[in-house]
Amino acid sequence: MTIKGKAYIVGAYEHPTRKAPDKTVPQLHYECARGALADAGLTFDDVDGYFSAGDAPGMGGVSMVDYMNLKVRHVDSTETGGSSYLIHVAHAAEAIAAGRCNVALITLAGRPRSEGHSGAAPRVFAPNVPDAPFEAPYGLVTINSYAMCAARHMHEFGTTAEQLAWIKVAASHHAQYNEHAMLRDVVSVEDVVGSPLIADPLHRLDCCVVSDGGGALVVVKPEIARSLKRPLVKVIGAGEHIKAQNGGDIDLTYSAGVRSGQAAFEEAGVSRSDIKYVSIYDSFTITVLMQLEDLGFCEKGKGGAFVADGNLISGVGKLPFNTDGGGLCNNHPMNRGGITKVIEAVRQLRGEAHPKVQVPNCDIALAHGTGGLLGHRHAGATLIMERE
Amino acid sequence: MTLMAQDRPLPTPPIYPDNADFWAAANDGRLMVPKCGACGKTHWYPRPFCPHCRSDDVSWIEASGKGTIYSVSATRRVPVPYAIAYVTLDEGTTMLTNIVDTDLDQVRIGNKVQVVFKPAEDGQKIPMFKPVQGASA
Repeated sequence: MTIKGKAYIVGAYEHPTRKAPDKTVPQLHYECARGALADAGLTFDDVDGYFSAGDAPGMGGVSMVDYMNLKVRHVDSTETGGSSYLIHVAHAAEAIAAGRCNVALITLAGRPRSEGHSGAAPRVFAPNVPDAPFEAPYGLVTINSYAMCAARHMHEFGTTAEQLAWIKVAASHHAQYNEHAMLRDVVSVEDVVGSPLIADPLHRLDCCVVSDGGGALVVVKPEIARSLKRPLVKVIGAGEHIKAQNGGDIDLTYSAGVRSGQAAFEEAGVSRSDIKYVSIYDSFTITVLMQLEDLGFCEKGKGGAFVADGNLISGVGKLPFNTDGGGLCNNHPMNRGGITKVIEAVRQLRGEAHPKVQVPNCDIALAHGTGGLLGHRHAGATLIMERE
Repeated sequence: MTLMAQDRPLPTPPIYPDNADFWAAANDGRLMVPKCGACGKTHWYPRPFCPHCRSDDVSWIEASGKGTIYSVSATRRVPVPYAIAYVTLDEGTTMLTNIVDTDLDQVRIGNKVQVVFKPAEDGQKIPMFKPVQGASA
C-alpha cells in the first residue's frame, strides 16, 4: 500500500507567539488546533483522529483529547522528538488510507523559553534509560552531540565554519520578512563566525532560537479536501528511519535522512530536481548541511560548497530553504521544529508565503526533520508534497 | 589560545545490575569492555547481549586503555569547560567520554589517548582519556 495521493494537508497554523508567560501548554495546543481547523474550514466536531508527541502534557494524546473534548476513533502518540510531526502526517495518511479516520489533527506546543529550558541544559535521565550510565558523567548536551558531527565533517571533508555560516545567513535573509520571527536582522558570514563558540566548532549563531509557541496541521481524505475551499496540498511520499550508535561502530558523517529520503523519493516518484522548495530541520547549521547531502541534493561531503554563496536564499540560489526563517531565526517551539517545517512547505505550495520569499510555481516541496541527537540517536522523517 | 581542562563535578552514573561489574572494575583503575564470544566483536554502550549478532555470549574483557579520538567538541559556555569526545578503543568499539588533563584548544581528531579515571561526586571512578604525549596523529 502506498500513501501517495491518499491524504491532503488542508489546515496549517503556526502560533504567532514566541513567548507565552501567561498561557499554559494545553492552552497553546488548543489555540493551535483551533487555528489549523479554521484555516481548513473545519470544526473540532469534524476531527476523528488525533496525533501528538512527547510535548503533549499528562497522558499525552489521552489528556489532550480530554482537554479539547474531541471525539476520535484513531489516536497516535508516536514520539521521535522534533521529527514527530512529519511522521504524524505520514501516519495520518496511512490511517486515512486504511479508513481509520477521515480528519486527522496534529498539534505541537510548548513553553521552553518561559520555563527556562533549552538544549544547553544537561539531559535529565529517567530510570532505566539504557545508555544513561555511559552518558550522564560526560556532559552530553544537545549542542555538543551536533558539534561532534560538525567537527568530524570538517575533518573528513574540509567543510569550513564559513560554509556552515552561510546557512544562518540564508535563514536570516528570509526571516527579515517574517513579522513573527525572533531574529529579523540579516547577518553576515563574519557575524556568525565572530559570535562566541558554544561547543566547538559551533558558534552561538550556528544555533536555533529557543521559543514558546506551537503549531497544528489538519490532514484529511481526498473527498473532504476537494469539498473545502483551500488549495490542494497532496501528500505523495514519506519515509522514516532511526539512525543510532550502531553498537559502538560510530559513523557521524551521515544521518537517518539517507534512508528516510530514499523511501520518500521512491514513493513520490519524483527526482531531486523536481523539488522547488525544501524545509530542512535546522536545530543547528550542521543539521541542515548533513541533511541536504543525505537527501541527495548534493554529493556527500560537498554540502559546504553547496550551501555557500546564498544557494539556499529564495530568489538568489538554486534551492530555497526555510523561507519563514526556520528554527535558526524564526521559531523552534518546544525545542522541536518539525511542525513548522511542514507549515512553511504548505504555505509555499499554496502560494501563501511572504511575497519576498515565495518560490514561483512551487508545485512540489519537501520537508525533512531530525529528532533526537544527531551524533547519538535520532529519527529522520521526510515528507514530499505536491500542489494539485 | 589555551583552555586547560579542569576537573569538574561529575554526576554519579546510575548503576544497573548489568553494569555493576564495569563500575567496580573502574574503581580499581581497569577499563572493561563487553566482547561477544560468538562474533568476536566488542560493543558500546555495554549490554548483556551482543547488539551486532544478538548472542548472549558476552563477557567483559580488560581493555588496554588506549584509543584514538574519533570526534571531539570543547563545550565552552558552561561553568567549567570540558571536551566531550568519541574515542575509538584499540579493542575496536567507540565510546562516549571526555578528554581531560590537557589544553582543550589543542585536542584534535586522530590524537592518541590513554584512559585515566576521575571521581564522580560520590567517589565512583569514571573512565576518561588524556592525550598520549608525543603521539598525536
